[in-house]
Amino acid sequence: MKKPYQSLEDNPTYNMKQVIYCSLTSKIFSLCLVLLLSFSTSLIAQEGDPVNGKSLFNSNCAACHKLDKPMTGPALRNVEARLADEQGLDRTWINAWIRNSSSLIKSGDAYAVKIYNEYNQTAMTAFPQLSDQDISDMLAYTAAPAPEPVVAPVAEGGPVQEGGVSNDLILGALALLFALLAIALVLVNRTLNRFAEAKDIKVVTEQEKRTPLWKAFVQNQFLVLVTAIIFLLASGYFVYGYFMQVGVDQGYEPVQPIHYSHRIHAGDNGIDCKYCHSSARVSKTSGIPSLNVCMNCHKSISEVAPETLAEGTDYGVDYNAEIQKLYDAVGWDGTGYTGDSKPVKWIRIHNLPDFAYFNHSQHVEVGGIECQTCHGPVEEMEIMYQHSPLTMGWCINCHRETNVKVKDNDYYTKIHEELSKKYGVEELTVAQMGGLECGKCHY
Amino acid sequence: MHINMKKATKYIVVLAVLVSFMSCQKNSRPNYQYMPNMYESIGYEAYQESDAFANGVEAQLPAEGSIPRGDFMPFEIENTNEGYAFAKANLTSPLDSTQVDYDRAGPLYGIYCGICHGNKGDGKGKLVQREKILGVPSYADVGRAITEGSIYHTLYYGKNTMGSYANQLNEEERWQVVAYVQKLKADLEK
Repeated sequence: MKKPYQSLEDNPTYNMKQVIYCSLTSKIFSLCLVLLLSFSTSLIAQEGDPVNGKSLFNSNCAACHKLDKPMTGPALRNVEARLADEQGLDRTWINAWIRNSSSLIKSGDAYAVKIYNEYNQTAMTAFPQLSDQDISDMLAYTAAPAPEPVVAPVAEGGPVQEGGVSNDLILGALALLFALLAIALVLVNRTLNRFAEAKDIKVVTEQEKRTPLWKAFVQNQFLVLVTAIIFLLASGYFVYGYFMQVGVDQGYEPVQPIHYSHRIHAGDNGIDCKYCHSSARVSKTSGIPSLNVCMNCHKSISEVAPETLAEGTDYGVDYNAEIQKLYDAVGWDGTGYTGDSKPVKWIRIHNLPDFAYFNHSQHVEVGGIECQTCHGPVEEMEIMYQHSPLTMGWCINCHRETNVKVKDNDYYTKIHEELSKKYGVEELTVAQMGGLECGKCHY
Repeated sequence: MHINMKKATKYIVVLAVLVSFMSCQKNSRPNYQYMPNMYESIGYEAYQESDAFANGVEAQLPAEGSIPRGDFMPFEIENTNEGYAFAKANLTSPLDSTQVDYDRAGPLYGIYCGICHGNKGDGKGKLVQREKILGVPSYADVGRAITEGSIYHTLYYGKNTMGSYANQLNEEERWQVVAYVQKLKADLEK
């Protein structure tokens, strides 16, 4: 191989010092280049490309295999080396297994039958489309050393503030500023007094005795009357306000037995509300999802991504521990159900009194109302809370203001025509269709 | 100066009383109710605790072998590899072409399937793109060669990492979604 620094060394225009530096750096550079080239060629020749292997692995294998943990199928870290060492099986066997495992099992291959039975006789999908190169790429990916275990950030302690100034700091600075102002005022006052003394001006500190203010106030009956009225009105206002909010749970935000973040599920991951609350489509209640719905995804998601875990420290939550609580309740040991499940005591937030009837499907499916109209920005809530007051006045108000979606709905065509003629309007509100009748909700 | 101090103390007391009133409002517990016996149901509610049953909850699974009222046909193919193979070869949709309603099936597919399988069925849903769930195959995958029977079987029982959707979709909705998946598969294979 031609040395790239030869021409530089031979170049007479360089003085001594420069030549030394040039030759040194270029030597190191070329050495690195040679090393890198020899390394990468050996990888391609023997091991395959782990980067391509990763994408192939993720799209074909990762549904059932993890690298370090058994899932539907066994863990695959260093699978080629392990098979060679422990079973004496080579690449030919692996290729045959991946392309068509069931024919290998049928042929009576001892290890194939053993592994098939070990994993509950789950048939592995055949991958006839994978080439030798694809398989060696994926094996190169599985042969990569396991990453160092990341120490989970501790969820204890206050919220971590990264970048930006914390509120406490701003408040402290403000308090300091006010303290300084107060001191300055006292000082100015003292100085002015001293000036006055020096110039012999008499500062009027206390005037001669006169009727105290409160006595003068009491003696003035008009003022007393006005004050009494104002006081009564004000206290009436507050007492009325207090009595009106009894039984209204707006803002109710209980601590649930498992910390479930709607922000992550509905917000970041964009899972539809009705994926979990599927009965909102078809029944009166929106339903608390049973844990098998959680397990649709959490069978394979046993740990959150490191960045999600870091977000959790802002809320003082360790998401991985919460997933473990789910596994504990549903009786999942990492590969299968143990049958030892226990109910999760979720705390109900939205609760209408027993004498009011509300039907979810009627609003969600027929009315086509977004969940957020009543439940607020759930996709931003780390902890679920009641967004709306759920009072009768609130219901009525919405029924008065909301137009019924009659377009493309044959069910409403006739009654819409009749009623819009009766009321002389283009668009009918829910109230005009009888949405204010007592018996619609109370019976 | 002395008088000012007294006034200040008064203000502080008033402020303290107000603050203590405000801090009585706590969001972690429900508010008071006027007449709780009109709010709380006397009858059992679906998810409540109850000592009527051994496991302490009111909601119970239906007894073994019970069937719902109305138009119901049990799904008799078993959740085994043989059952899957049988369904793949023999099971066909009860819906004819006039009953298949893509306008209804599409949104259902979007809610329950698209989040992983992608709205085009290419295995690139949002959860896959965010690398939360991996290894979701395209419907056009040749190694799997899915049929309507195998789609229904998978939807009903789940397969490998995928869970069962039998409790989120009823029988008719499942067949609608199967028809929609078939349509996506045909589009992908074009």
